[in-house]
Amino acid sequence: MSTAVLEPQPMPIPQTPARSTYLNVAHGTLSWLLTKDHKRIALMFLAAVTVMFFIGGFAITIVRLNLMDPEGGLVEADTYNRLFTLHGVVMVWFFLVPVVPSVLGNFFLPMMIGAKDLAMPRLNLLSFYLYMIGAAWTLYAMLAGGVDTGWTFYTPYSTHSSHYNVVPTMIGIVIAGFSSMFTGLNFVVTVHWMRAPGLTWFRLPIFVWTLYATSLILLLATPVLAMALLLAVIERLWQIGIFDPALGGDALLFQHLFWFYSHPAVYVMILPGMGVVSEIIPCFARKKLFGYTFVCYSSFGIAALGFLVWAHHMFVAGISAYAALIFSSLSFLVAVPSAIKVFNWTATLYKGSVAFETPMLFSLGFVALFTAGGLTGLFLACLGFDMHVHDTYFVIAHFHFIMVGGMVMAYMGGLHYWWPKITGRMYSQFWSRLCAIILFVGFFFTFLPQFIVGYNGMPRRYHRYVPEFQVWNVMSTAGASILGVGYVLPLVYLPLGFKYGKLAGPNPWRATGLEWQTPSPPPKDNFEQTPVVLRDPYLYHLDKAQNEP
Amino acid sequence: MSLDTLFTDNERELFEYSMLKRHRLEEQFENLEQQTHAASTAMWVFLATEVMFFGTLFVTLAIYRLLYGEAFEHASSRMNWIIGGTNTIVLLISSCTIVLALHFTRLGQNRKAAWLLATTAALGLLFLVLKGTEYYGDWRENLLPGWKFDAHEWTRGGLSEDQVPHVKLFLVFYWVMTAFHGLHVTGGIVAVGIIAVLAARGHFSPAYYSPVDVVALYWHFVDVVWIFLLPMLYLSGTHTLGGS
Amino acid sequence: MAEPMVSVRTYLIVLAALIVLTIATVAISFVPLEGAWHIGAGVGIAIVKAGLVGLFFMHLIHSPNLIRLCVLVAFMWLGILGVLSFSDYLTRGEFFSMPGH
Repeated sequence: MSTAVLEPQPMPIPQTPARSTYLNVAHGTLSWLLTKDHKRIALMFLAAVTVMFFIGGFAITIVRLNLMDPEGGLVEADTYNRLFTLHGVVMVWFFLVPVVPSVLGNFFLPMMIGAKDLAMPRLNLLSFYLYMIGAAWTLYAMLAGGVDTGWTFYTPYSTHSSHYNVVPTMIGIVIAGFSSMFTGLNFVVTVHWMRAPGLTWFRLPIFVWTLYATSLILLLATPVLAMALLLAVIERLWQIGIFDPALGGDALLFQHLFWFYSHPAVYVMILPGMGVVSEIIPCFARKKLFGYTFVCYSSFGIAALGFLVWAHHMFVAGISAYAALIFSSLSFLVAVPSAIKVFNWTATLYKGSVAFETPMLFSLGFVALFTAGGLTGLFLACLGFDMHVHDTYFVIAHFHFIMVGGMVMAYMGGLHYWWPKITGRMYSQFWSRLCAIILFVGFFFTFLPQFIVGYNGMPRRYHRYVPEFQVWNVMSTAGASILGVGYVLPLVYLPLGFKYGKLAGPNPWRATGLEWQTPSPPPKDNFEQTPVVLRDPYLYHLDKAQNEP
Repeated sequence: MSLDTLFTDNERELFEYSMLKRHRLEEQFENLEQQTHAASTAMWVFLATEVMFFGTLFVTLAIYRLLYGEAFEHASSRMNWIIGGTNTIVLLISSCTIVLALHFTRLGQNRKAAWLLATTAALGLLFLVLKGTEYYGDWRENLLPGWKFDAHEWTRGGLSEDQVPHVKLFLVFYWVMTAFHGLHVTGGIVAVGIIAVLAARGHFSPAYYSPVDVVALYWHFVDVVWIFLLPMLYLSGTHTLGGS
Repeated sequence: MAEPMVSVRTYLIVLAALIVLTIATVAISFVPLEGAWHIGAGVGIAIVKAGLVGLFFMHLIHSPNLIRLCVLVAFMWLGILGVLSFSDYLTRGEFFSMPGH
């Protein structure tokens, strides 16, 4: 045996292999572009819709700047028309319709039901590419001349008179429509067949219920829009078609078909937001969602009733008075399920232990502004009142209260709620709360004045107005600039959080729900083992930590 | 004669297991049964969207028929109901051949299935050829408003000048509806063709026949649309004018 | 996943029925019926034919309730489009119009 003394070797530092997550499991551009992973697809959608949001926002910034002066003058009338059309088309079809389903829904629907992915991952990827193709096509049409018909494309102006790029825009929208339809198809099949063992329908989170209801609307309504737009394309291309009065066609028929989709589409836009808020409020009130079953049924109620009211967009267009009466009555009815939800959220907050974290701030803003906007919808459902305010800023204020005050706030809430799960890290609580407050304040100054000028008669889609309205318009533009600042802030602090934020752990908010039972960021297959669900959702009242003294 | 009576439980298990090994279970699914259910549900939901898509045309046609009944009847009487009717029968037979193909796939008789699928595709092609012939005839007979149309034919036939535009309206529906349908048939032929080739290569089995099921459902739907097009376009006018 | 098998005989009988109904549709169109009945007869027979294709060729007769619900909902929704649109077109110019028209 040798007596040589062995040099002590330095102990090798044990290298723990980095945990495999959906972000690091594969590298390279192609691994993203050809991914079948719903989480990566969701992030690609996130990038795309964010870009589209700012494009639509940019267009309306110029419009609002033009509206500071009653004489207009910043841009010509023609350009003004093309700008508000771009704003409407981009915001409706390329932001509001896809944002929550294709970003948050894609990411979290499989996780919330304990699945590895959606039922048809390749179809999901196809949805993404159809969206991109539709967006590229439409953007090209908008930038190479634009369209001046308004996002509603009413005939016969769009089919016979407009000199602009109506056809490519319509085709781009049809393509994007297929994207949303296939997402809806994927969600429906997934919810039916991919739920974890024990996860019955009435144990599902409300977000899943609302995504399912949204998917039903997308599936039943989008084909009608596709047909309406294709028929308009045919009529414009060959100057012969079924909306042409010269053939005995009814120009209003286009509106019937268009609004048959576009009214339910607004429920497509708001329902997922309602679902997001239904997740956030129980969590930050530490209380079970009040009236869970009612909220489930009301989601389906909104989806179904939403199909019965479309002609309230046509009260002054020339429909028969009988039809107007029917649609007016039905429009009152559709407020009921939405009101049920508002009662349930409020009741959940009552005697809850409310924490004013950022997601909660956004959700509270949502409930307030959505309720206000929704109430003004009831005003508009009254035939007599609608005569007076149709095509004025009152209508614009109404739907922006719901879409911006409601939907965008809900989306921001969801983004802030789930960002730690998506990225594994927290973001600056100071800047995010500040953002929520800035957005709320900015929103108020932007859109409340619009109710006032609208009620007083200022028409929409006009590039000039009477001088009496100037102070309100200036206020609105000032508010819009505040909103702009608020929307830019997350572009800074959210990615900074991704890079430098504190590690979040699996459940930083102490929330219930399957998506919080897995690491952050999640592994590629979401769960190490398929979870088994034995309990109802939102069991915050059983949370021991809050019951401790 | 069903699969249930042919084999013992053991044999069936081994058979299905060996079939399973040949056919990739998609990774998001737990088992083949879940995958099959998902595929079938997906196709049915897609067909529901197609009902809304084509249905829009049927509803708008009905609205205009309400408004312009007489002109629409005159126009419909000029449609070639012989080709229309023959095409209906062609599609009905093709629906039968494709469902028989599915039947034989489920029995493991892939050769028969492949031939039946090829026949279905061929019948689909026959449909398109007949349709093309019909379109050519329509063009010759001045039934193409905007390109080849003679208003006088119609005023001579008993309509007033005011009603002639309504005839054009009907014809727009005819061309648009049959064109959309024809595009769907074309897509269907491609899908059936692909499935026929795969069947010939023994790609399917009694355990794995989902793609055949799903393509067959689509094909039946295309048939159903035509079943409704026949009376609404071709046969809503023959009676008053004694046929064309 | 055992959907019960329908026999070849059944398929062929259904096909025969479909062909007979097609011939009937064409034949009926030669019978001078009152306007609405005329198209009604044609569409009525078409509904029967579609039903046969749906029930037997598309196996709705053996399908789970989910699928049947899907079919029902699709046609109901098309019905909504139809009925509410017709509520406008049937009543235009009746008794009174909306202000300004």
